[in-house]
Amino acid sequence: MIDAPAMRTEHFPFGIKGAGLGTVQRQVPSDEPPPLPPNAELVQIGKPAHRQNGRAKVTGAIRYTVDVTPEGMLNGMILRSPFPHARVRAIDVDDAARCPGVRAIVIVAKPDDPHSAVVRYVGAPVAAVAAASMAAAAEALALIRVDYEPMPFVVDMDEARAPDAPPVHDKMSAPAGHASGFPAAAGLPIVGNIRGPAIARRGDLAMGFAEADVTVEGEFRTSVQTHCCMEPHAIVADWRTDGLTVHMSTQFTAGVRQELAKEFGLPLNRIRVVVDGMGGGFGSKSSLGNYGRLAVQLSREAHSPVRVILDRKEEQTDAGNRPAVLQYLRVGAKRDGSLTALEALSYGTAGIALGASAGNFAQSIYACANFESAHNDVFINAGPGCAMRGPGNTPGAFALEQMIDELAERLAVDPLALRDKIDASPVRHEERRLGAARIGWDRRHATGADAGTVKRGVGMAQSMWGANVQTNAACEVRVMRDGGVQILSSVQDIGTGIGTVLAQVVAEVMGLRPEDIDVRIGDTDFPAGPPSYGSRTTASITPPARTAAWRVMQMMFAEAALALNAGAGELIARGGRIYVAGDDKRSIGFCDVAAHLRTDRISATASRADDYGGYRRSMQDAALAQQDLGGAQFAEVTVDTETGLIRVERVVAVQDCGRPMNPMLTESQVQGGVLMGLSYALFEERIIDRGTGRIVNANLEQYKLVGSRETPAIDVILLENYQGRSATDAYGVAEPANIATAPAIANAVYNAIGVRLRSLPMTPAAVLMALGKVPAETQP
Amino acid sequence: MNRFAFVKAQTLAEAAQASATVAGLIASSAGATGGGSVVKAGGIDLLDLMKENLLAPDTILSLRDIPDIDTISARGAGLRIGAMATLAGLADHPLVRDRFKALAQAAAASDTPQIRNVATVGGNLLQRPRCWYFRAKEFDCLRKGGEHCFAHSGESQYHAIFDNDICAIVHPSTIATVLVALEATVELVNAAGVTRRVRLADFFVSPSEDPTRENDIRIGEILVAVEIPATPRSSRCVWLKQGQRASSDWPLADVAVALELDAAGKCTHAVIVLGAVAPVPRRATSAEALLVGSIIDDALTKAAGCAALDGVTPLTGNRYKLPLLEALVQRAIAQALTTPGQSRQAAAQAL
Ligand SMILES: Cc1cc2nc3c(=O)[nH]c(=O)nc-3n(C[C@H](O)[C@H](O)[C@H](O)COP(=O)(O)OP(=O)(O)OC[C@H]3O[C@@H](n4cnc5c(N)ncnc54)[C@H](O)[C@@H]3O)c2cc1C
Ligand code: SF4
Repeated sequence: MIDAPAMRTEHFPFGIKGAGLGTVQRQVPSDEPPPLPPNAELVQIGKPAHRQNGRAKVTGAIRYTVDVTPEGMLNGMILRSPFPHARVRAIDVDDAARCPGVRAIVIVAKPDDPHSAVVRYVGAPVAAVAAASMAAAAEALALIRVDYEPMPFVVDMDEARAPDAPPVHDKMSAPAGHASGFPAAAGLPIVGNIRGPAIARRGDLAMGFAEADVTVEGEFRTSVQTHCCMEPHAIVADWRTDGLTVHMSTQFTAGVRQELAKEFGLPLNRIRVVVDGMGGGFGSKSSLGNYGRLAVQLSREAHSPVRVILDRKEEQTDAGNRPAVLQYLRVGAKRDGSLTALEALSYGTAGIALGASAGNFAQSIYACANFESAHNDVFINAGPGCAMRGPGNTPGAFALEQMIDELAERLAVDPLALRDKIDASPVRHEERRLGAARIGWDRRHATGADAGTVKRGVGMAQSMWGANVQTNAACEVRVMRDGGVQILSSVQDIGTGIGTVLAQVVAEVMGLRPEDIDVRIGDTDFPAGPPSYGSRTTASITPPARTAAWRVMQMMFAEAALALNAGAGELIARGGRIYVAGDDKRSIGFCDVAAHLRTDRISATASRADDYGGYRRSMQDAALAQQDLGGAQFAEVTVDTETGLIRVERVVAVQDCGRPMNPMLTESQVQGGVLMGLSYALFEERIIDRGTGRIVNANLEQYKLVGSRETPAIDVILLENYQGRSATDAYGVAEPANIATAPAIANAVYNAIGVRLRSLPMTPAAVLMALGKVPAETQP
Repeated sequence: MNRFAFVKAQTLAEAAQASATVAGLIASSAGATGGGSVVKAGGIDLLDLMKENLLAPDTILSLRDIPDIDTISARGAGLRIGAMATLAGLADHPLVRDRFKALAQAAAASDTPQIRNVATVGGNLLQRPRCWYFRAKEFDCLRKGGEHCFAHSGESQYHAIFDNDICAIVHPSTIATVLVALEATVELVNAAGVTRRVRLADFFVSPSEDPTRENDIRIGEILVAVEIPATPRSSRCVWLKQGQRASSDWPLADVAVALELDAAGKCTHAVIVLGAVAPVPRRATSAEALLVGSIIDDALTKAAGCAALDGVTPLTGNRYKLPLLEALVQRAIAQALTTPGQSRQAAAQAL
């Protein structure tokens, strides 16, 4: 039996800075550091420290996975299905194998295996080749002869729902739940191409609608968005007799190691996964993926390192995507605005995969006693979806936040006033107040009241996202005899600058500067760090970093206490020295203390302690904190009513991330979220040719992304929200920053033109159509 | 992409040894793309086609080293633009900005800065269309020598709304819209050193003439220059574009309008050219006819915008282009009216 850890009572800063900051009493494990004061009282944490690898990034010195080229490396390439649905009857790789430079061939679609022989989307892997050069690999791919038997297919979600639609899956291939999508309930029935419904309910919906004075309803559609990471998916796999080393652009080194162990039957201690520079992931680099698996297989077969890099077309077809969702919403309310009933029915498609829901947004954000949602995943012959920045809640918010605005209009109240009534979150209450003041909500005119052809509008929307924590997260802090400090963790920098934040945390504890700390991350040889998804990195890894640093400092203080002739408990670290608190004359340099260490280095490894006061929910390695992350965004747009062009001029994003650890990096992440949301709102759409099932815009020319000239002025306001839950009290922001943008723009567009756009993307074609300016087809 | 020989042609005669035009190669190859030699200017379009495996020439003849075909110079009050001048050079050149501002604007609004620094005027006029079926190897469409047009029953949001019954491409060149409005002429030299001058408007080929090429360049011909005459209307020329984005995006439609007004303000000559809505830059003749002979007021402008849609045959995905184009035409006319036309005297002085 293990004794419960000794606890002590502490008082933490509590509340939102500027809206009443007090303290809260919490029990904390006795080996956790003392409460961290508010940012205003700190030296490093909460300061806009520059990204440590910023210079390396802009000069090109940083090493991305594509830059890793071990001796003898081969290039792997993947042959992909040109058909959306076909059975591979035969595959002949003899000519390819004879091609000069070819060292390994792996067949994915095996004609004699009924499960793998069927390809279900254009771009599905059929075989892979490793050769001495990319040119040789490409040549070999062209020599593989595949005999396909095309099968009926469907790429349109509405058509796929029809009872007589060609089935995408058979019994064997249908995913069971949690497979490739996010998040999907397990064990639901499949009828035709529809899997579901997944039902959530509380209260009595019929009674709720009966009680309602006002009911609004609407149908909303969101489109498939692709992740479009600047850095492509890439892996260099090196299979040796003594173990496997993988360099991979991944959001989760430790998770990939786990997958590799399982798939290839290797012990964890023989696998090393490494990532240095990363150019984005947004959910699409969360796991090993089929290309990663193939690279390892090729390396095992060729006895050489193998690199696989996806090209842009592969990125757009087979690297995951945000599913499209169709939502019907119905909301009932009393005259005073209080919600009596909320009904959400949705159909979404993640291609051949699961997890195309509208999240738990409608279920959770507003108080409503009577609720029911029914979600159905619809299979189509398209590449599997996967998690993408705020999965579920992003399409969910697009629908519900427009519906709430519509309700406000029906009730003849201001959209902010209605939200004040129905939204219990004190965080969003403060965010609405700050955002409204910054955007100038009071100069917002009545809907459609702007004169002229180019009309201006202002709108807002809110976000809600769980504050996730990876409980399986640890790091080590070391001090060397020369005073050098290292922090080590397998946590990876997806591009947000977590390494810099860790250096700030350790520097704060040790009285050093962030640049004094050597940050070693992105390597599974170090203590296991959290994934960089689910907005959980900072929340999960900064507390153990502070704890580990604090524990090492206890050893340093013990050493210094001897030299200073003081009690270790009296000492503080500041400016590279250790002082007796309150006596500036009695101090010793950090390095001088280190020089007296008994061993070459001392170290402490800490893992993420549970949130003080516990979690709302725990699941294996992850947990959900007590409080949600709230956000409110405001958009100002102009709409050209003759050309249909929407311009977003300004976005004010008010976000909560607990304690902001580095406002500069956090703001830059919020800006990224806003731009991605704007791009989702106005431009992005995967277009599949219905006749052939092929994506016609699998490139960045015709798949349109926001560009520099569409970038609005973005004002970021970060709350300082202290909850006293961990050694740093930091939570995430990546996903919340993306959720509210599209509905805020849609509500602003409505305010400008008085017509609601219920589908994404809001292109000129969509605007002109909504305004009734597009002439109807005349011939039948 | 295939391996190929790269030859830096030093003279026009050497470049004219090219055995094929890109259009000819693609249309005749029926899927097998190997062989032949073609010329390369900036290489932006050529490389795109080669990367997509639509084209696999044995030899590429670069025009870069050939002297004197990249200069922009005055020709009287008009201009002579060397075919190898870059789009960035065109956009920035003082003579272009001064005399034909609309052209400089169109060049500046094409592509991305990186591409404009490399892409040439000649290559831009001769580039292949961007129809996504044309650009994907898997679709053996009419324009590649195949059987049918995939856009007709497929994804047609960026396709033509005029003259689209055979092939529904829109002409890809943005500067072409303005150059046609400015009544430009292209100058071509063949292997024998013979020069051919053609009005740009007549140089383009519509699908009904031949759906496998967009222009009348012949094997062994090198486009050496584009000439713009000074006309009384060329100084009152306006070009407007509407893209889905302002950053590096193609027009959904663009319009060039050139007007000549007499002393009383009556319109004596009008040229209206519609871009990105038809397989070749399209003269809106009925709209032009409406304007000529009248003092152009708001009502007439509106009517002309409407008339610009005469003959329109939209596909299922691109009906939105109708109101958009109408608005652009109206705006361009309105702007042309307030753009100061150069006086004849000033034009004469420049001669
Ligand atoms: C992302 C993107 C956006 C773009 N946006 C636009 C846009 O908005 N508007 C627009 O107009 N264009 C746009 N383009 C197209 C681009 O401008 C053209 O591809 C480019 O201008 C071609 O010029 P080049 O000199 O590189 O031609 P090349 O690729 O070198 O040649 C093109 C063709 O012309 C032939 N050729 C070239 N020069 C001569 C000559 N002097 N004599 C005979 N034959 C010749 C070549 O054999 C080849 O067939 C865009 C392209 C991209 C990739
Ligand atoms: S529009 Fe022209 S280029 Fe495009 S598919 Fe049809 S025929 Fe081919």
